Amino acid sequence: MAAQAESWSWFTALAVGVSLFKCLFINAYHSTDFEVHRNWLAITNSLPLSRWYHENSSEWTLDYPPLFAWLERGLAQAARHWDGDMLRLDNLNYASPATVLFQRLSVVCTDLLFIYAARECCRCIRVQKAPQVILCRPSFVLAVLLLWNFGLLIVDHIHFQYNGFLFGFLLLSVARHLQSRHLQGALLFAVLLNLKHIFLYVAPAYGIFLLRSYCFTLDRPDGSIRWSSFAPLRLLALGGIVISVFALSFGPFVAMGQLSQVVSRLFPFRRGLCHAYWAPNAWALYSGADKALAVLGVRLKLLQEAELPRAAMTGGLVQEIQHAVLPSVPPAATLLCTVLAILPALVSIWRHRRGNRAFLRCLLLCALASFLFGWHVHEKAILLAVLPLSILAVESREDAGIFLVLSTTGHYSLFPLLFTPAEMIIKVCLMLMFTIYSFTALGNLHRSQGSLLRPMEVAYLLGLATVAIACEFIFPLSPWRQKLPFLPLLATSVYCAVGVSYSFLRLYATLLRIDDKRKQL
Amino acid sequence: MKLFLSLVSKTKPPFLSLRVMQTWSLVSISVLLAVLVRWGVSLNSYSGAGKPPMFGDYEAQRHWQEVTYNLPVQQWYFNTSDNDLNYWGLDYPPLTAYHSWLCAYVANILNPDWVELHRSRGYESPAHKLFMRTTVLVTDVLIYIPAVVLYCLYLTDGSAKRRVSILLSMLLYPGLILIDYGHFQYNGVSLGFALWGVLALGLGWNSLGSLAFSLALNYKQMELYHALPFFCYLLGKCIKAGLIGRGFVLLVKITATVLVTFGLCWLPFLPDPSQVLQVVRRIFPVARGLFEDKVANTWCSLNALIKIRSILTSDSQLYLSLAFTLLAALPSSIRLLMKPTFWNFKLALVNSSLAFFLFSYQVHEKSILLAALPVCLLLNEFPLMCVWFLQASTFSMLPLFLKDGLLVPYTVTFLGFPFLTVYLLSALEDCSEDELKLGTSGKLFPWIPKIYLACIMKWKFYISMALMAVLSVLSVVMDPPPHLPDLFPVLVSTTAFMHFLGVFLHFSIVQFMEPPRKKSRKKNN
Repeated sequence: MAAQAESWSWFTALAVGVSLFKCLFINAYHSTDFEVHRNWLAITNSLPLSRWYHENSSEWTLDYPPLFAWLERGLAQAARHWDGDMLRLDNLNYASPATVLFQRLSVVCTDLLFIYAARECCRCIRVQKAPQVILCRPSFVLAVLLLWNFGLLIVDHIHFQYNGFLFGFLLLSVARHLQSRHLQGALLFAVLLNLKHIFLYVAPAYGIFLLRSYCFTLDRPDGSIRWSSFAPLRLLALGGIVISVFALSFGPFVAMGQLSQVVSRLFPFRRGLCHAYWAPNAWALYSGADKALAVLGVRLKLLQEAELPRAAMTGGLVQEIQHAVLPSVPPAATLLCTVLAILPALVSIWRHRRGNRAFLRCLLLCALASFLFGWHVHEKAILLAVLPLSILAVESREDAGIFLVLSTTGHYSLFPLLFTPAEMIIKVCLMLMFTIYSFTALGNLHRSQGSLLRPMEVAYLLGLATVAIACEFIFPLSPWRQKLPFLPLLATSVYCAVGVSYSFLRLYATLLRIDDKRKQL
Repeated sequence: MKLFLSLVSKTKPPFLSLRVMQTWSLVSISVLLAVLVRWGVSLNSYSGAGKPPMFGDYEAQRHWQEVTYNLPVQQWYFNTSDNDLNYWGLDYPPLTAYHSWLCAYVANILNPDWVELHRSRGYESPAHKLFMRTTVLVTDVLIYIPAVVLYCLYLTDGSAKRRVSILLSMLLYPGLILIDYGHFQYNGVSLGFALWGVLALGLGWNSLGSLAFSLALNYKQMELYHALPFFCYLLGKCIKAGLIGRGFVLLVKITATVLVTFGLCWLPFLPDPSQVLQVVRRIFPVARGLFEDKVANTWCSLNALIKIRSILTSDSQLYLSLAFTLLAALPSSIRLLMKPTFWNFKLALVNSSLAFFLFSYQVHEKSILLAALPVCLLLNEFPLMCVWFLQASTFSMLPLFLKDGLLVPYTVTFLGFPFLTVYLLSALEDCSEDELKLGTSGKLFPWIPKIYLACIMKWKFYISMALMAVLSVLSVVMDPPPHLPDLFPVLVSTTAFMHFLGVFLHFSIVQFMEPPRKKSRKKNN
């Protein structure tokens, strides 16, 4: 027991280290999300429940599910003793040093849940034999990849959001499923959905997996489903948990007849296909192709420049876009594409009982598919795939290769989030630090099985470095800066989109390949 | 040269065998982390931010840029209508002035308002702050950090992991980071040059070492704290090689290097003796008194009991401090002269710089950084003592940090550094072995069994950490009673003084003990 306790001291060191490291950026740049959360503190503290989702005196209305609003209310109780002025509704854009300190520390403190979840994930690692050297242990590598994740650090602690807390729920729920404690996992995920609804993206994986692997207890010899083994009590337990969490969260609003108002706040479909900066997804490729075709068409005199819709897409901050050549994409089409993209994965885990790892793989595919084809995707959503993939990356060589491609491209696509010159050094150094670590640590972990990356992937990543240098350093000095100010964003999105799509396809291949092997057996 | 080759051949095998790739990545991660922490601290306030009319060290550095860029060299150190020496007049040696000129040259390209004569006085803007912070980072990345990396890789014993741990601990020493990136100074330059000197001497490149140290001296006169050990070590080496034969050649080479370096640095001032005199007068301001503010040295701590400054004339204060300084610094230097080993050299650097800090004239609280650098070099051999000292040195500058509005970075680094180093260097587990190296413990306190001694050390460490933490919290939270307005600064400086005195005594005892046998064989080769 003593040995067990001692062997985790490195985890404490990593966790304390990263928590203090986060505190260093208290005075760094913060985005408008800081004001968003301050405003929510004010709303939940000073208004009755019935007004929460109606209040619109600030443009940053409450658009997270009710449990998150309750979290803000809890934080507001502490904020009252800190600097009560931040809780005034009319005190827009208030950012006194005490407010900054409070909000930053609240992110660092709520991250404790993430730290706990990371620890639980590290315990789920399957290893043949743990190496003596701590640095080479898979659990150590996983802890670093999760706790020191570049994306999470800059999005939460510089840009300002509470993703660490939310991903804590997700990872804890995944860890519970890997430990086969499915009811707890389901409860955590239900709570998570009521904290932030973006996690609906991965809900299909949860639904199918729990139904198939938890509610049916037995299989036929070939691994397919045995219908007679259906366990209604288990389904009832699951349903009870999920429904009661939702009832707790949405019940009061249903009772007040505000459900439609809440839902309209949560799903604002008036926003455009792409977010302010393009997330590197399929629509970035689509829009990039459209742009290229338009330019080509004008060059070849097939199109009249005056007839083209104004190139709003490159304007950065737009809500609606019009494609010039290719047909415009309605929301329904994105939904259809997403469903089509995740369907094979869901079918695969339904048809044969698969281990808990396959569930994690399916979850990742859901996350990536909705990232690639979803409507109005934020570039931050890539973390939904990068973080859980870390768990697989320390266990198998092939996943490690996918992780390296995905995390590098995904993290690089977060660069435009921090555009102030003072934060330039931070993002570059932090990215380098994380990337160097993930390459050497994962390479070291799987060194007996050869190199992690294929030559083509190496070439792609070197190209990414070139694009990065060109966009961040050369472009600002070049004469195109005035004429085409958004060219670097476009180039970054399109180039990164290739990498993300590639990772998606390779991850799909790993899931389906395990299927094939099973058939041959 | 032969010495260097033998050293390299000795250091290379363990360095290569432990998977170079891994070490390379760990080193680069440590360096990147160090840069990130530095930059994180630099996002905070600086000394004298928004405090006219005098502002602080940040404005001093900016003002030097303004002066050096706009005035001819001959006027830099003189009071003229364009150069008011009472407003942050240049009082550092010429290399600092050249550095200011270089920064000003870049500043003028970026935005001429930053260095415009007279009109730029007190200039502050976010862009200018970014520029100033960047200049500090650039010098650090070019001078200080490479020296630390090379020192840890080539002159530290132990496994690759151990070396990287030492490297990270040394790079993350909070005192230097908070002063350079928070308060705003360029200590990384002078300390970096001094460290390059140590590094070169450790590798056997005597001329290069004296060149680097001369540069350090010409950047900041406070480097004189280290001068005695450098001098004694090199002289001792020459004597050992035989003053009639090879030693003489070595002596001539070293002397020539030092003279040429100094000559080049002072070249613009040499033609006119009055210029040289004026620079020297500016560099050594004797008229400023025995001490200013609250500094954790002997005189200021004694001041609580005896008001020395009102009893003695300023001349006798000067002689008193000179006598005590020499008395404290000479033994270790003479010992070094007799036995010029690298091990003795490092210890003498600690002892000499601490002696100067504790007893010399007109000491600033920031001068403790000069003692902190050589203490960092001993992190591998005495982890507990060094971490303890480094923590106390950061703590001793607390009143300064509070004045500059650096509470948040101070708290973070003050908590993080002991935690990290105690974990990385397993300082608390080694403290019994630490005592073995001290060796005298048995002789001084024969009635205490060794195991108890380790335990006592550990508890003393915990209690002192707790005391420092409590005093930090009190300084921040409590208002001092009206009749004792300086209560907390005095408490802080006295506490820190006790630590410094203890460390000084400890390392003096260590130096006069026979070095551990393993060490002596290695370093004497």
